[in-house]
Amino acid sequence: MATKNGTAMSGASALVKSLEASGVDVAFGIPGGAVLPLYDPLFDSKLRHILVRHEQGAGHAATGYAQVTGRAGVCIATSGPGATNLVTPLADAAMDSVPVVAITGQVPSAAIGTDAFQEADIRGITMPFTKHNFLVTNPADIPMAIAEAFHIATSGRPGPVLVDVAKDALQAQTTFNWPSSISLAGYNPVVTPANQSIEDAAALIAQSSKPVFYVGGGVMKANATPELYELAELLNAPVITTLMALGSFPGSHPLHLGMPGMHGSVAAVTALQKADLLITLGARFDDRVTGKLSTFAQNAKVIHADIDPAEISKNRFADVPIIGDLKATIKALIPALTKALAKNRPDLTPWWRQMNSLREKYPLGFDVPADGSVSPQYVIQRLGKISDPDSIYVAGVGQHQMWASQFISYEKPRTWLNSGGLGTMGYAVPAAMGAKVGAPDTTVWAIDGDGCFQMTNQELTTCTLNNIPIKVAIINNESLGMVRQWQTLFYEGRYSNTSLESKRVPNFPMLAEAMGCVGLSCDRPEDVDKTIEKAMSINDQPVVVDFRVHRDAMVWPMVAAGASNDDIKIARETAPDWDSQEL
Amino acid sequence: MSKHTLAVLVENSPGVLARVAGLFSRRAYNIDSLAVGPTENPKISRMTIVIDVQKHALEQVIRQLDKLINVIHIAELTPSDSIQTELLLVKISATDKNRFDVDAVLDTYGAKIVDHDGTSITIEATGDPAKIGDLLSALEKFGVIELVQSGLVALERGSTALSDRTLSPQSIPTADDGGQADYQN
Repeated sequence: MATKNGTAMSGASALVKSLEASGVDVAFGIPGGAVLPLYDPLFDSKLRHILVRHEQGAGHAATGYAQVTGRAGVCIATSGPGATNLVTPLADAAMDSVPVVAITGQVPSAAIGTDAFQEADIRGITMPFTKHNFLVTNPADIPMAIAEAFHIATSGRPGPVLVDVAKDALQAQTTFNWPSSISLAGYNPVVTPANQSIEDAAALIAQSSKPVFYVGGGVMKANATPELYELAELLNAPVITTLMALGSFPGSHPLHLGMPGMHGSVAAVTALQKADLLITLGARFDDRVTGKLSTFAQNAKVIHADIDPAEISKNRFADVPIIGDLKATIKALIPALTKALAKNRPDLTPWWRQMNSLREKYPLGFDVPADGSVSPQYVIQRLGKISDPDSIYVAGVGQHQMWASQFISYEKPRTWLNSGGLGTMGYAVPAAMGAKVGAPDTTVWAIDGDGCFQMTNQELTTCTLNNIPIKVAIINNESLGMVRQWQTLFYEGRYSNTSLESKRVPNFPMLAEAMGCVGLSCDRPEDVDKTIEKAMSINDQPVVVDFRVHRDAMVWPMVAAGASNDDIKIARETAPDWDSQEL
Repeated sequence: MSKHTLAVLVENSPGVLARVAGLFSRRAYNIDSLAVGPTENPKISRMTIVIDVQKHALEQVIRQLDKLINVIHIAELTPSDSIQTELLLVKISATDKNRFDVDAVLDTYGAKIVDHDGTSITIEATGDPAKIGDLLSALEKFGVIELVQSGLVALERGSTALSDRTLSPQSIPTADDGGQADYQN
């Protein structure tokens, strides 16, 4: 029930009413001095507030919630340290274009600029990595700021927005006026693609004999999976999904070649390198995808469709730019391409012959450790097979993240969450918590490293107390594994400060039990399946499994940082056998 | 690299200058000069930014600037389609002996004396960067004590205003209790 405009109330109540009017059903946060006035009316609101254990957890939970639901996630913190603890998740959400609205309390307006207790210029601090932010000192401005915050966060290229509200603005009396509309002179994202661009793109595609769909997270954000499916099948060309796009096209589809980039499949990396046309949909030519930019896809023309004009020709020149919403763009491309293909349909058979031969010759795989210990890839592969088909997987950052991207086939959008752009260790547990809140009936697995887990595991207490039964698979190689891999490859095996000794301490199952979870452990390959099954059978509390895995497993294939994609290695010092390929 | 002059209309609200300056800094774009002030519309300020970049990078600068919510409109102004001028205040050593020479220079550049004492004079001059540069070179021999420049300001020739083209934003209905509007579809 909407609150009547003109009702007298405190600024804090107006803020709660504004969140309700924006459709917010859950917020993650921690109260503190400056934001305390907000928590009083929040006590009476139907809005569910989940009291986290660290503000970083609130931010990542809001992100996980948003990535699963497509709606803005909300987090709340107090001024000063509460707000600065949100910095990492906000930067994370900005890099991965996730709609998050952060509400922070600020010291009273008269104290701003005086180095008051718990004062931090959070608006200044977050300017570089919020889509926009506000400082509100007048209670009458609260509803408009909140309405604008949600509009900005969720429209165009989504992103985080922070609203910092001075304590006196929360305390003062005001009249609540929910705006009926928003008008921002400087913000009008282009949604509808230009006809000419669509025609140009269709014409270019119809001339290409080696086209590749280079699909990024934008397709997920635009909910354009069905349209992409139709377009891909229409052209019958290879589809490559980036780390942020896994699940936007079914992983098991015959057109899918896998993930590109530093740890992409040989087929996907090579497809980009050898293509004559990249049909780029909501991707941004990130350095982890392109490798050395000057040697990336040198023979390819580029169609680049994105809702953010600033991505066009930022890293790679676009021959045909298309600015607009991807759902609308792909919808428009389908009839245009149908028409163009009717006139001229290139034969993609030779192209597919090359791709299929790479796919057969260089499938993703891993070595089973000779000493009988558990292979980390095997654990992740079994997890993907045993868990429900609809399960959501949330990874931390590092080797386990790459293996989770490689050895689980993501068939549906919004089932794979990770910190792609910022690479935030500690993302998994709180993001999984947020994901489970957004999708309470779905199995949510955090696949985490022993290093990552030790950064944010305290949110398991939050999960236990708030009935958020996530499952956590710790891929425990007792190391900062990816850093160790780089030390193996590039620092002559000098393992400076990467040994965490997490098979000695902490005792992860005991730690989990201490937080009210079920703690399990597994260190034999033959126990992997039954341990996963046991975890799957527990649905009334969080479960943490300590998978004690082989320490020296490495992520392959690999393109070294700054190297050309042409120098992809499938194992240490082993390049694909190009000579036998017709490339 | 070449110099480009951007006229940027921004909302007259706190923090806008920091947003613009921060953007240039974090994206490693070099600002030659930046001048900001109020306009005919009290809700809008106008920045004139001179940057030294390649043409390709210029497009990036414009698109990144355009992403700032408080930035309303950006236009590149070329020397031929706009008036571009800056203000110089310069204090030089001047005695009765060289005063005649100084006056000759000032006459040539249309500059005027705005303050003087027995040993120095302060000169005010306006003009395009080339003229101001030439004037400064001509004054160097007298001994420049201190100088300040305003940065370039620029205005399009003709009877139209940049703001004419920009101030009719779309009005977007807000969600009301029915959940967040789905702007994606």
